[in-house]
Amino acid sequence: MYSKDGEHYFIVDAHIALWDARPENQLNIHGKQFIDCFYDYHRNLSPESEQWTYEEYLYQGGERLMKDLFTDGYVDHAIFQPAHLGAFYRNGFGQTEEAFALARRHPDKLTYNHCWDPRHEQAGLDQLRRDAERFGLKGVKLYTAEWQGDSRGYKLDDPWSYRYLEACQELGIRNIHIHKGPTIRPLDRDAFDVADIDKVATDFTGLNFVVEHCGLPRLEDFCWIATQEPNVHAGLAVAMPFIHTRPRYFAQIIGELLYWLDENRIQFSSDYALWTPRWLVEAFVDFQIPDDMTEYAPLTVAQKKKILGLNAAAMYDLPVPEQLRLPREEPQAVAVA
Amino acid sequence: MVTEEEAFAALHTVVDPELDEPITDLGFVRSLDVDGPNVTVHLRLPTSFCAPNFAYLMASDAKDALTALPGVGRAEVWLDDHHDSEVINRGLAEDAGYRGTFGAEAEHDLDELRLTFRRKAHTAAMERALTQLLRADPRLSEEDLHDVTIADLPEGAQTEGLLRRREALGLGTGPAEPVLVDDHGAPYPREEVPLRLRFARSIRISIDGNAHFCRGLLRTRYPGSGEDQAPRAPEPFSTTTVRTKAS
Repeated sequence: MYSKDGEHYFIVDAHIALWDARPENQLNIHGKQFIDCFYDYHRNLSPESEQWTYEEYLYQGGERLMKDLFTDGYVDHAIFQPAHLGAFYRNGFGQTEEAFALARRHPDKLTYNHCWDPRHEQAGLDQLRRDAERFGLKGVKLYTAEWQGDSRGYKLDDPWSYRYLEACQELGIRNIHIHKGPTIRPLDRDAFDVADIDKVATDFTGLNFVVEHCGLPRLEDFCWIATQEPNVHAGLAVAMPFIHTRPRYFAQIIGELLYWLDENRIQFSSDYALWTPRWLVEAFVDFQIPDDMTEYAPLTVAQKKKILGLNAAAMYDLPVPEQLRLPREEPQAVAVA
Repeated sequence: MVTEEEAFAALHTVVDPELDEPITDLGFVRSLDVDGPNVTVHLRLPTSFCAPNFAYLMASDAKDALTALPGVGRAEVWLDDHHDSEVINRGLAEDAGYRGTFGAEAEHDLDELRLTFRRKAHTAAMERALTQLLRADPRLSEEDLHDVTIADLPEGAQTEGLLRRREALGLGTGPAEPVLVDDHGAPYPREEVPLRLRFARSIRISIDGNAHFCRGLLRTRYPGSGEDQAPRAPEPFSTTTVRTKAS
């Protein structure tokens, strides 16, 4: 919980990771390139006081995670969204066993989402059923640019993706978080294209599709889809830290999202350990649309409360203490199913 | 023989299609060596994981622009520090073309990709010009933009940028041409104008935001590269930039 000026905010960090990118876990040069890319994101967008050393960045471990999120970071509940990256890291990038064990120790604080890859076809589908039971899955994280053998990515509207999404619907895994990365076959078209999300959102109305970093770098395509598909949501991973380095750009992102979607379909996240939640929560509560941007309405306290936690809490059925809820006349996020 | 200035000017015509800016202004040219008739260029990008199709487009466009210069004997272009550097550099050295470079990952060509981003660049330029007009005249409503023609636009970088992008799409640039048009040059119905303007704005925000981010990431990745970057043409309103320690 975060309190400021007499207002209390329930905080859900909807996209976190427990990763291991240390050299001994790197499988090849791409493992180093990948974490270096993340570290440059971190250095470029974090305030100087929040910057970590490279060694700290390679691996955090559970204890550090608990401190950064819950002791220092005002977070009430956080959701693991692991990326496997088996082509880059020996034991994967997201640490499944470590993260799941942590979530079991702190079920009130942590939810573990797992990942799947439709290119594993039937074997992966069988595994998904076992994983759903073992982890008690409410959601999954999909990284469409994952490398797998000769393939460097998949689409959500591939035939096997459909079978996995059908299984999710059947198993009650309602929340599908999607990270669109580059490199998708064929290379002829825009690799960040989000048109496949449009298709599956129409065909799977019983599922929520949370598009991480709100479609960036294709904010416009994402907004155009989300305005037509009520089960498409915006995750603010990667977009949040612009609040510090590019506050006017951040204002435009939030302004556009509120215009094209609505305040019930936007979710805060720090994208830990890319960034840490403390300064992001503080900055967001203090944030306001600049006066000269008359095309956007000012942000209200109720909107901030929804974005910082109440929307994701509704989607994941997380209990919110009475005093942190909004008055009844303001309807909260209506997640499907 | 060719001069370094001529070679740099040739590289200045190469545009990052996604960011709609010359690779020279973005700081993507890491080094340029001219030795008699031979030119060697190294390119660098903000991350190892920038989309390989865009990386290839810029590198092959750079090679084409240099090769087309009178007096150039051999032009070599190298893409540094990218996850696909090996594949792309081999393709460039062998003049293998897009399909020859990427093999089975390429289906046809990159023409459609180029067209998609030319259209986005035009839509963003249209929004820049129209928003400038709206801000300058508070009596003008969004729907009034339906009647704005090229003759109504003030002279300056904003309008020139729009005309250039219209030309690139084969759209007319005469004074009577309507400004707010679709990708094929057709105006929208009056009642759709506010929505179309909003959508154009989201494209402009996306391109500008990505360009800011990519510039910053390049400075973080390659200390000192900021000195090679030139700011983009003036925007409708200023953008606050706080430099972090690393940038």
